[in-house]
Amino acid sequence: MKAAAFDYVRPETLSQALHILAERGDGARILAGGQSLAPALNLRLAMPEVLVDINGLEELRFIAASDDVLRLGALTRHVDLARSEEIAHRCPLLSRAAAQIAHPAIRHRGTLGGSLAQADPAAELPACALALDAVIVASSSGGERRIAARDFFLGLYQTALRPDEVLTSVEISGLGADRIYGFAKLARRQGDFAIIGLALAARRSGRGLVDLRLAFFGVADRPMLALRAAAALEGKPDATQSLREARAALQADLNPVSDLHASAAMRLHLAGVLLERVLAETLEPLR
Amino acid sequence: MKKRVRMIVNGDPVEAEVAPRQHLADFLRETLGLTGTHIGCEHGICGACSVRLDGAVIRGCLIFAVQADGARVETIEGVSDSGEIADLQAAFAARNALQCGYCTPGMLLTAQELLMQNAAPDREAIREYLSGNYCRCTGYQAIIDAVEATAKARREAKQ
Repeated sequence: MKAAAFDYVRPETLSQALHILAERGDGARILAGGQSLAPALNLRLAMPEVLVDINGLEELRFIAASDDVLRLGALTRHVDLARSEEIAHRCPLLSRAAAQIAHPAIRHRGTLGGSLAQADPAAELPACALALDAVIVASSSGGERRIAARDFFLGLYQTALRPDEVLTSVEISGLGADRIYGFAKLARRQGDFAIIGLALAARRSGRGLVDLRLAFFGVADRPMLALRAAAALEGKPDATQSLREARAALQADLNPVSDLHASAAMRLHLAGVLLERVLAETLEPLR
Repeated sequence: MKKRVRMIVNGDPVEAEVAPRQHLADFLRETLGLTGTHIGCEHGICGACSVRLDGAVIRGCLIFAVQADGARVETIEGVSDSGEIADLQAAFAARNALQCGYCTPGMLLTAQELLMQNAAPDREAIREYLSGNYCRCTGYQAIIDAVEATAKARREAKQ
């Protein structure tokens, strides 16, 4: 199908973009990588009056690392996340997750900010943002707002962003040398959205994990932190010893959805399988 | 309202008025007559509309022509005419890696991109890289064979 008619503007600065958004209100949609928006337009699930193409905003395209903070511009594309040596060194969770998003042609266009703002519950990067306790920075003509990832994802394709705001960057802090990550995703075919997936972030402490965050995706209307399962593993000298307890805790943490791809019971089972796999892989280097 | 765009398509400068809603694949086919770029699903699933934009293979149906203003676009016509993928095309023919041919332009462009990044991909890597390009005829085995054979022949030619 073909997209319905829309107007198109390509601002050259963030302030121009914000001005247009303030003026055009609900009729405007921001176009970043377009790998979710363009299908929605072609299928006429979305029919905005005007597309505000932010691909010309060079100020949103950066990867900047300081001592323990990584700042990523919203226009960082998945291929940049997957290939950046800086990210592989400072926050390999993002490298691994980005390399598993869809297919090469999609990763060439799709952006970090776009993925977070789209808030697909089965997408990789929202779960990573949650696991990393990232801060999402949004700008409007009224100023800048910093939103914790845990307060950002509100439901199916719903976020805390207002229509007049642009997601401009993502900040990840606490990136010391003791950080450790795990990631896995289950899909029937390479590149599909996940039936279920897990992003793990923690700090190593002896042979155990502390500040453990387990973010599941594909289980609910938004990425979910498994708080009880994480508590069961937190600070245990050998986390594998507490695995049964953690798997049981997932029953209370997650209330998965049933759909064409998997039943709720299957998803809950797979959540346990993923937890086991990701933990084993994460703890392997600590042995 | 139509917008004026300028881009380089297969090495030639192109200037045209486009409706913002026209995606790049339709622009290439209908305005420029470059019908080697195929339209399959039009929502980014099948890969038939693959083209190169500033050197990277993308979905031609998921970018509007107006967005390609100032860009360098290469289609199967350009990549084929230049001889860049003559060996890959010959391997596809030799291995029967196409039947109806609808997916072939996208397959060739994507496979060539892989071979430019990785001179010795194993079959798993080839499958992974081509996973976003659907073929409903061949069952993929012959396509993987052709890409693998081309990689091997290119490596041998370099030695």
